[in-house]
This record gives sequence, structure tokens and C-alpha cells, in this order.
Amino acid sequence: MSTEQLTPAEYIGHHLSFNAQSVGDTGFWVLHMDTLVVSLLLGIVVFGFLGWVVRGVTAGVPNKRQAFVELLMEFVDGQVKTIFHGNRHAFVAPLALTVFVWVLFMNAMDFLPIDVMAKLVYEGVFGLHKWRAVPTSDINATFALALSVWVLMIFFSIKVKGLGGWIHELFCAPFGSNPLVWPANFAFNLIEYISKPLSHALRLFGNMYAGEIIFLLLGMWAATGLVGTFFGALLGAGWAIFHILIVILQAFIFMMLTVVYISMAHESH
Amino acid sequence: MNINLTMFAQALSFAILIWFTARFVWPPLIKAVEDRQKTIADGLAAGERGKHELEISAKRSAESLREAKQQASEIIAQAEKRATAIIEEAKENAKAEGERILVGAKAELDQEVFRTKESLRQQVADLVVSGAEKILRREIDAKAHADILSAVSSQL
Repeated sequence: MSTEQLTPAEYIGHHLSFNAQSVGDTGFWVLHMDTLVVSLLLGIVVFGFLGWVVRGVTAGVPNKRQAFVELLMEFVDGQVKTIFHGNRHAFVAPLALTVFVWVLFMNAMDFLPIDVMAKLVYEGVFGLHKWRAVPTSDINATFALALSVWVLMIFFSIKVKGLGGWIHELFCAPFGSNPLVWPANFAFNLIEYISKPLSHALRLFGNMYAGEIIFLLLGMWAATGLVGTFFGALLGAGWAIFHILIVILQAFIFMMLTVVYISMAHESH
Repeated sequence: MNINLTMFAQALSFAILIWFTARFVWPPLIKAVEDRQKTIADGLAAGERGKHELEISAKRSAESLREAKQQASEIIAQAEKRATAIIEEAKENAKAEGERILVGAKAELDQEVFRTKESLRQQVADLVVSGAEKILRREIDAKAHADILSAVSSQL
């Protein structure tokens, strides 16, 4: 195995390096090709599938494909219905579906065996030395989603309450409209507006990143000898099974928080 | 671990996917599901209505069956009454007729008796007269005693 020629630090570092392409002078003008290509490819495949199913959709007796997609839709719609009170079909429910499905599949890339894929597919087929397959373990991806939701949140706040209403709410909620508590209100809202995207993005990132690290650590243990191989495989299997739950749960939590934030933006105080 | 341009590129693809879902995936799907829900609800309502109508018509048919039975029994009762009346009437008629016949027969009988009596009386009178004649032919003149003879015959 290639790991035998690597130190543990090199092994982990290798697996945690992005396929970065510089498109400018400074450190900001960098694109993580692995994150972008994998997420976009998943988006095209998954949403292409949804679009293909919806093209042949019928109000009569649905075939199994359509029934499955409808099941997914009903699940998301049911969750949105309990939280968001308004015309959810125009935007919020499709947004929730997009978030859930996309994040689910990006998370699910973690199911691919990391060393096998790196050795055989990314390096063997495509000749890519550095390739991270899980977009949601890239903080850029999770912040992209969380900040998009954040922007939508502010957009809907202003759209529903008007710019004046939104600013009024920044200063007059949650403690009241007394001028004495304006600073407290504003500080409170500021913290809320900062902490929402941070926790939203970092929760998903942390879970997926930690999951990847544990797979790497178990992989390293597996390379230390017979006992290590046995326990590495055993614990790796256990962690992989547990990870199925995490993948789905984190996608679900990300969707629920998205819906909660957007519907909070629709409510005025 | 750095935040870089990737984030904005990722946000752009997110925006595209949201647009795609909101524009092409969600509306036809929710429309199909809601149409089907409506169809099923309509079907269930129609079934319920049919059941209700069935109940009503069952009730109605039982009602008319009951009415028909009642009418039939009324008709039978009337017919029985009528039959009894006819029989009674026939009996009355027969009795009256019998009486009438009896009266007629009696009258005829009386007449016959009377006639027989009359002829008998005549015969007896004749016999008496002829007997008396035979007796008196020798002793008295028939002409002289004719008034006595007729008085006798009228007493017979």
C-alpha cells in the first residue's frame, strides 16, 4: 500500500489536501476543483434525475419512480408545513428540497472508501493526486450554503416587513421599543445574525470533517499490523454504519434550520 | 481550510439548483400530487354519496313495500266484507223467494182445496139431490120441493 511509504502526517495531509486551482494573485482567488466538480456533478445527476421524473409526472396512478420522488417531496413538504405558515410552494419548500437532497448526496460521498477511491479512481483513472470527494467537509461549501440561506433570510425579512420594519425590528426586538434598550436589542440581533450562519455552516462541516478524520485514523491504525488491521476494519465498519445516520441526520438538520431561519424571517414581532 | 472563491462558486451552483427545483421540479410534482388527492377525495365523496343514496332508496323501497302490503290487506278485508255482504244478501233473497214461493203455493193449495170443496159440495149436493130424487120420485114432486132442496144444498 502507498501508506507504507508515508508518515501518518503525510497520509492525513494527503487526504485533506484540496485540488486547488489558483485563478488570481492572492490566497482568496483559489478554486477547490474537487469540491466544485463533485458537488456540481452530484447536483446535475440528482436534480437531473428529479427533473427527468417530473417530466413524465402524472396525476393518475404513479409508477414506482414517481412514487419514490413523491415520497421524498411529501417528507420535505410535511416538515416545511409544520414550520412555515404561508405559501410554501412558491419558494420555501423547493428550497428545502434542494438543500436536503443536495446536502444528503454531498454527505453521502463519505460512504465511498477513501483509500480505494483515492488510489484506484482519482489517481488511477483520472490521474489526480489530490482529490477530496466530500464537498461538505470543505468549509467553503457549507458556508456557501449557510450564507446563501442567510442572504435569503435578510431578503425575506426586508421583503415581508419592509426596510423600515426590518430596521425597526433590529432595534426594538426582543426587549421592547424603549430607546434605553435599543443598544441591547441591536447587540442581541447582531449576535443572532452572526451566530446563525456560523452555527449552520460549522455544524455540518464539523460533523463531516470529523467523520472523515476518524476514517483516516482508523485507516492509519489498519496499516500498523495484523491487530490494527482487525480492529481498524471492525471499528471502521461500525463507524461507517453510524456514519449513515450522521449523513442523513445532518442533511435533515441543515434543511430544518434553513426552513426555520427563513420562516423566522417571515414573522414580525 | 481557507475561505476563498470556492465559496462563491458553490453559492452560485446552489442558486442555480434552487432555481431549477423551484421552477421545474416542485410545481409539476405538487400539482400532480394535489390533483391526485383531489381525485381520490372526489371518489371517496362520490362513494359516500352513493352509499347514502342507496340507504335512502332502500328505505324508500321498504316504505312502498309496506304501503303495498297494507293496501293489499285492506283490499282483502274489503273483499271479504263484500263477499260476506253478498252471501248475506243472497241468503236474504233466497229466504224472501222461498217465502214468496211458499205463500204462492199455499194460496194455490187453498184455492185447490176450495175448488175441490166446491166440486165435492156440488157432487154431494148432486148426490143428495139424485138420492132424494130417487126417493122422492116415488113420493113427492121434485118441482114442489125444489126450494127445500136448494136450502139444504146451500147449507152443505
